[in-house]
Amino acid sequence: MSAGASDLLATAIKLAVALGILLNVVPVMVWVERRGSALMQDRPGPNRLGPLGLFQALADAVKFMFKEDVTPSAVDRPLYLMAPVLGLLPALTTFAVIPFGPDVTVRGRLVQMVIAPAQTGVLLFLAIASLGVYSLVMAGYASNNKYSLLGSIRASSQLISYELALTLSVVAVIVPVSSFQLRDVVDYQQHHVWNVLPQCIGFLVFLIAAFAETNRLPFDLPEAESELVAGFHTEYSAMRFATFFMSEYISMTSLSALGATLYFGGWTLPGVHVSGLLGAAVGLAVLFGKVACFLAFFVWVRWTFPRFRYDQLMRLGWKVLLPLAILNLIVVAALTIGGIL
Amino acid sequence: METAVFLVFALLALGSSLVVVAHKSPIYSTLSLVLTLFSVAVLFVLLGAPFIATLQLLIYAGAILVLFLFVIMLLNVGREEGIPGGHRAQLVAAVLGALAFAVALWLLLRPALGAAGTAPLTEELVSLSGLAQELFAEYLLPFEIVGLLLLVAVIGATVVARRPTADELAGGVLAAGGAAGIGGVAGAGGMGGPGSLSALDELEAAESTAASWAADADRAGGGARPASFPGGAEPGARP
Repeated sequence: MSAGASDLLATAIKLAVALGILLNVVPVMVWVERRGSALMQDRPGPNRLGPLGLFQALADAVKFMFKEDVTPSAVDRPLYLMAPVLGLLPALTTFAVIPFGPDVTVRGRLVQMVIAPAQTGVLLFLAIASLGVYSLVMAGYASNNKYSLLGSIRASSQLISYELALTLSVVAVIVPVSSFQLRDVVDYQQHHVWNVLPQCIGFLVFLIAAFAETNRLPFDLPEAESELVAGFHTEYSAMRFATFFMSEYISMTSLSALGATLYFGGWTLPGVHVSGLLGAAVGLAVLFGKVACFLAFFVWVRWTFPRFRYDQLMRLGWKVLLPLAILNLIVVAALTIGGIL
Repeated sequence: METAVFLVFALLALGSSLVVVAHKSPIYSTLSLVLTLFSVAVLFVLLGAPFIATLQLLIYAGAILVLFLFVIMLLNVGREEGIPGGHRAQLVAAVLGALAFAVALWLLLRPALGAAGTAPLTEELVSLSGLAQELFAEYLLPFEIVGLLLLVAVIGATVVARRPTADELAGGVLAAGGAAGIGGVAGAGGMGGPGSLSALDELEAAESTAASWAADADRAGGGARPASFPGGAEPGARP
C-alpha cells in the first residue's frame, strides 16, 4: 500500500470512530436528559422500553423518521430545507482538531491520534463552531414566522456576544503553551498541572460561555418556549426538527471535548501511560470519560437553573464575562512573561 | 487533487460573489458572502496560509457577517427595489469600480512583473510565528494605529447610537439651546440636577433604556413583513 493510501486509510478509520461516537452520543444523551430530569423532579421518567427505559431513544428515533414532515407553504423553501443540515455540519466537523491519544506507529508509519492535525488547531475549532449560528439564523428567517425570527435574532446576538468571552478564555490557555495545536496544550498539561487550576477564572468564563454557545438552559433564549413557542425551530417537524436536536447535542459534545482538552488534560490521565494502539483506545476512553462528566454537568445545570431574561443575558456577557476574560488574559500573560506559568 | 480543489472553490467563490451583488434579497446576498469567504479561505489554505484562512473564517464569516444578518433582520430590510435611473447609475459604478480594481491590481503586480525589489511570499512569512513577527515587530506602529482607529470608530458609533438620558436632554437644552453637540451632552450632567426632573421624565428615561431592546425586537418581529417571502402574508397575522 502506498504512503498516501495508507494515510488516507488511517484518516478514514479515525473519522469513522469519531463519527460513530458523536452520532451515538445523541440517543444516549436524550436518555440521560430525560431520566436525569425525572430523577431531579422526583418522577420515574421513561422506564417502559428496555432496561431502565434505555430503548426509549430508539423509539424516539423511529418516531422522528416516520412522522409527517410538514413544510409550511409560506416558507422560503431553499433556506428552510438547508438550515437543519447546515447546523449539523459545523457541529460534526469541529471534533476533527481534538487529539484523542498518543502518537502510534503502525507498520513503521507514525499516525497522529487526531483527525486534522492543523497548525491552527484550536482557532480552527472556534472558526468552524462560529459558523453554526447560520443554521439558526436561516431557520428563523426562512420560517416566515415572527417567533422564529425573534428566536434567530436572539441567537445571532447571543452567539456573537458570548463568542468573545469564549475566545478570550481560550486565548489565555494558549498564551503559556505558545502553540495553537491542541496536542501541545495536552503536552503542556502533562508536564505542568491541569490548566483548570491556574486558569480557574478562565475556565469559569469558558464554561458559562459554552452554555450560551450551545443554546443550553439557562441561556436557551433562541427557543424560549414560554415566550417564543419554540423559537427558531417552531415551524420544523419530524426529522428536520430532530436534526436541530442532534446538532445541539453534538456541539455540546465537541465543546465538552474542547473544554476537557484545554483544562483537564485531554486524553491523558496522571499515572496512566499506555503506548501503542491500546494507548489510543485508553486515550479515547479517558477523553470521553471527561466529556461524559461535562455532559452530565450540562444536564444537571439545565434542570437546576431557570432561564435568564434577555437583558440579563446581555449584561452578563458584556459587563461580567468579557471584562473577566480580559482580566484573566492579562494576568496569565503577565505570569507567563514573569516565568511563573 | 489540488487543482481540482482549487477549481471547485475558485468557481464557488466567483459564483457566490456574483450572487452577492445580483440577488434581490439582502439575506441571500449576505449568506452568499459567507460562501464566498469560505471558498476564499480554502484558497488561502491551498496557498499555504492556514492561519489567514482560519482568521478569515473566525472573524469575517463567524462574527462580522453574523452582525450583518443581525442588522438586516432587526431592521427588516426588504427586497431591493429598482431605483429611478438605477441601471445607468449601476453601469457607471461598475465601470468606475472595475477601473479602480485594475489600478489596484496594476500597483500590486507591477513590482512582481518587474521582478525587482520583491521577495517571494515564503511559507515562513505566512506561518503563525512569521506573521506575528512581522505584525508585532516590523509593523507594530501601523498595527497599533489601526487598533486605535477601531477604538475611535467604536466610541463614535456608541455616541451616535445611544439615546441621551432625560437628565442630559434637560441640561443640554439649557446649556446649548438645543444644539446637540458631544460637548453639550457631556457638559449637561451638572446643570440639570435630579431636582429639575419631573417624575414622568425619570420614568420615561428608565423605560427607554430598559425597554429599548425589547422595542427593537418587537418592531422586527411584529412589523409588516416585506415581499421577500414567497407566500406573502405572515402566518402570525392570520385570524
